[in-house]
Amino acid sequence: MIGSAVEYVGRVTLRHVEYVGGLAIQLRAALASMRRALPLVGNRNRWRSAVNQMLAVGVNACPMVGIMALCTGFILAMQGASEFRKFGAMNLVVDLVSLGFTRELGPLLAALAVSGRSGSAFSAEIGTMVVTEEIDALRTMALDPIEFLLAPKYLAMLIMLPCLTIMSNACGILAGGLFMRISTQMTLRVYLGYVADSIVLRDVMMGLLKSLAFATIIVQVGCLEGFHVRGGPDAVGRSATSAVVKSTFLVILSDLAFTGIFYLMERH
Amino acid sequence: MPDTAAEPAIRVRDVVVSYGGRRVLDGINLDVARGETMVLIGASGSGKSTLLRQIIGLEQPQAGQVLVNGMDLATKSKKDLKKIRLSIGVAFQDAALFNSMSVEENLALPLREHTRLAESTIRLMTWMKLSVVGLADFGKSSPRELSGGMRKRAAVARALSLDPQILVFDEPSAGLDPIIAAELDELILALKRAFNMTVVVVTHEMASAFHIADRMAMLYNGSLIAIGRPDELRKSAQPRLRQFFDRVPDQVLDPSVIQTYFERYLKGDFE
Repeated sequence: MIGSAVEYVGRVTLRHVEYVGGLAIQLRAALASMRRALPLVGNRNRWRSAVNQMLAVGVNACPMVGIMALCTGFILAMQGASEFRKFGAMNLVVDLVSLGFTRELGPLLAALAVSGRSGSAFSAEIGTMVVTEEIDALRTMALDPIEFLLAPKYLAMLIMLPCLTIMSNACGILAGGLFMRISTQMTLRVYLGYVADSIVLRDVMMGLLKSLAFATIIVQVGCLEGFHVRGGPDAVGRSATSAVVKSTFLVILSDLAFTGIFYLMERH
Repeated sequence: MPDTAAEPAIRVRDVVVSYGGRRVLDGINLDVARGETMVLIGASGSGKSTLLRQIIGLEQPQAGQVLVNGMDLATKSKKDLKKIRLSIGVAFQDAALFNSMSVEENLALPLREHTRLAESTIRLMTWMKLSVVGLADFGKSSPRELSGGMRKRAAVARALSLDPQILVFDEPSAGLDPIIAAELDELILALKRAFNMTVVVVTHEMASAFHIADRMAMLYNGSLIAIGRPDELRKSAQPRLRQFFDRVPDQVLDPSVIQTYFERYLKGDFE
C-alpha cells in the first residue's frame, strides 16, 4: 500500500518534471528562432505570419478583454464602495480600482482572456497538424516547426499581451470612473486626477512585466500541448482543454510569484 | 574521389528501432540504388512505415545507420541535414497538405522558403508541377475541396517542388478506388521515367507493387525476409511471402468459439 503510494507520487513528480523540462527545451528553441520572426533582420514570411497572429490574438481579443475589464472595474468599485462608504472614505475606491488594475487585474484579466481564446487555438491548430502529418511534412521540407509555427505566435503574443494589458487597465479604471460619476457625481476629470496621483509608473511597469511572463506561459504551454498530441481528433480536443487549464494554472501561479517578489522588493 | 554514381542513393545498415521495449525494426539492411524503384511490402505493423520514417530522417535509429547519398542522417550538421532533406520529396499517406493554404500555396511554400526565385517564377513552377499531376486547374482550391485521389496527386506535386533526387511514397494507393490507384501508379512510373528519380514506395497493395517495382523488399515482424525483383519474389517459396501473396489468413475464427461465448454469456458466466 505504502509502496504503491510512493510509486504513484514518484510517477506524478517525474511526469511534472518531464513536462517542465519539455517547456524549458521548447522555450530555448523558441528564443533561438525568434530572430527569424523579427522584421527587417528575419524572414519576411515569419514576420507576415507574426502580423497575422497579432491580429488573431490581439486585435480580435480587444472586445472581449475590454468588456471583461469594464465589468470587473465596475464590480471592484461597487464592492469597494459598499465597505468604504461606512467610513466615509469613498475616495479610496479610486485607489482600489487604479492600483488593483495596474498591478494585478489588468494583466491577469488580459492573460486569462487570451489563454482561453488563443492558448486553446494554438494547441488545437498544432495538434491537428500533428494528427494530419503536417508537422512531419514541414520537417521533411527542412522547415523547423518551432521556427515556422511557434516563433511568430510567440512574437505576436509578446507584443500584443502588453497592449491588451494597457487596454484592460484603461477599461477597468474607466469603469471605476463611471461608477464614481454615478454614485458620487465625481467628474471624470477629477477622477482621473485622483488616478494619476495614486498610480506610479513602477506599478504599470510591474503589470507589463507580468504580462510578458504570462505571454510566454500561454504560448509555450499551448504549443507544447499541441506538439504532444498523439492519436486522433479526440486527442486534439483533450489537448486544447489541457492547454487552457495548464496555462491558466501557471499564469496564476506565476502571478503569485511575481507579486510576492514585488512585495518583498517594496518592503526593502 | 569516391564514385558517387556507384554509391546507393539510400543505404540502411543494421538499423534497430524499439518502442516501449518492442523491437519494431530488428537489424535492417537495405540498399536502394540510384534511379531504382524500391517497394517495401509487409503486413500492417510489420515496420514498413517506421523504416520509411528512418529513411526520410523523421526518426533516428537506436542502433545502425541510415545514409542518404552517402551522408549519415544521425551525424550530420543542421546544414547538411537540411541539404539531405531537400533532396528527398515525400508524399504522405493522407497527403498532409496544409489545410490553411491553397493547393498552389502548398506547392509554393518550399520554393519561397528555400529559394530566392521571383514570385512570378514560383507561380510558373507551381503551375508546371500541378500540370504534371493533372491538377493545373485546381491551384486556387483548398485541399479540403479536393477528392482523395486529387489530394494525393497534389501531395506528389508538392513533393516534386524542389526537384528532389529521391521520391518517397507512403501507401499511395490506400483508400483510393482501383482506377485512381492505377492512375497514381502510372504517375509514379511517368515521374521516374521523366526525372530518373530514385523512388521508395511503402504499400501493401500487391498489384500496385508488382507494377511499379524494380525491386521489392518484404518486412515481417521488423526484419527483412525477402529482397529481390518482382519476378524473383513471385517465384519465391518463402512461406511468409507466399502467405502474403496468396492472401492466406494467419488464423480462421472457429464458429464454435463464438457459440461457446454466447452460451456462457446467456448463462450469466460473465457477471
